[in-house]
Amino acid sequence: MIIAVASGKGGTGKTTLTSSLVSVWPSPVVAVDLDVEEPNLHLFLQPEVDSETSAYMEIPEIDDERCNRCRACTDICQFKAIGIFGKVVMTFPEMCHGCGACWTICPEKAITPGRRELGHIVTGRFRTSDFAMGRLRVGEAMSPPLMRAVKHHLNSTHGQPSRDMIIDAPPGVSCPAINAVMDADVIVLVTEPTPFGLYDLALAQKAFAPIGKPMGVVINRADIGTREVHRHCEETGLPILAEIPYQRDIAEAYARGQIIAEAVPSARPLFDALVERITALGKTANPSEEVCHA
Amino acid sequence: MKKIAVTAEGPDLDGRVDPRFGRAAGFIIVDPETMAFDYVDNGSSQAMAQGAGIQAAENVVATGAGVLLTGFVGPKAFQALNTAGIDIGQNVDNLTVREAIQKFKDGQVPLAATPNSRGHRS
Repeated sequence: MIIAVASGKGGTGKTTLTSSLVSVWPSPVVAVDLDVEEPNLHLFLQPEVDSETSAYMEIPEIDDERCNRCRACTDICQFKAIGIFGKVVMTFPEMCHGCGACWTICPEKAITPGRRELGHIVTGRFRTSDFAMGRLRVGEAMSPPLMRAVKHHLNSTHGQPSRDMIIDAPPGVSCPAINAVMDADVIVLVTEPTPFGLYDLALAQKAFAPIGKPMGVVINRADIGTREVHRHCEETGLPILAEIPYQRDIAEAYARGQIIAEAVPSARPLFDALVERITALGKTANPSEEVCHA
Repeated sequence: MKKIAVTAEGPDLDGRVDPRFGRAAGFIIVDPETMAFDYVDNGSSQAMAQGAGIQAAENVVATGAGVLLTGFVGPKAFQALNTAGIDIGQNVDNLTVREAIQKFKDGQVPLAATPNSRGHRS
């Protein structure tokens, strides 16, 4: 089973929750930080790192001699990564999404795949669990290509398909967030009982609904703010899987970089119950689709 | 004298200079000696999610103009226009197209060595 921990709003407690889930999960998991723009799961898990490799995306390199300026490449490129200005051909590597249409279509075979560094893939171990994360190169504008590279890396070398995977997703509801949750069997949305938490929860719910996977909510700092989030969940049939109280010892443990489920004994039963609810929710996922992730 | 392209909000010389380059409504291409002009629509760039400046630079180069007068040019469009040998005069917004051309002809528009807009992605 793949569990994605996501949220509309940032700072609601995705990593707090993910690190505790990894810690209390009854079997070894694959813990993955796909918030590649600012990964932080490793700060809590402090995994033993086995490898750190660069990930690349293929981008066009043009042989100026062979190119006859026919414009086939610039016409097919949806992202203006290649421009032809009179007699001058220029590539804009940072605009490229790596689709390969240009070198596939070039009648003169003047374009070959070069590469642009996306960032790093880090893998390691947290106790008996596997750990992986992506770290985006400073200056790289797109995070989904690196996220895909991390997933591909897990599938090809590191992943143990028998293990459950717990993904720490980036916040928001745009391409990076969608990319992190699209392969999940269960999506756990972390929110807080504030107008901001509610607004962004509703956005995330709407954005992820077409993926067709079961979703549930964890309300963090549950005893502050208003009851609007609870009401919204009830009205839209979104199950509330857990409520994490607003407690000083939890905040202190978080600030020290500790795993809440371990550092705050009173919180442990809450996470054990959450594991059961997530597992139950996963069983409601369409089993024929689940095969695709193996 | 080289033809001049001016980013324009509308299709005539007395319309306003469009301050944006990449997402300008269109370009007025003027022969500075006769003041004869054509209007080139830039809608193809306006509709783009990204790369509007690069597309607009292609559109300007295709008109055969040697000078561009506009408000703001981002880094990628600037690089493209520069490489294609087009002189760039920036900060000529808040004028009509006719006024901008007069200002250029009077030598009051310095040619830019660097882009004056950071663009959206840099």
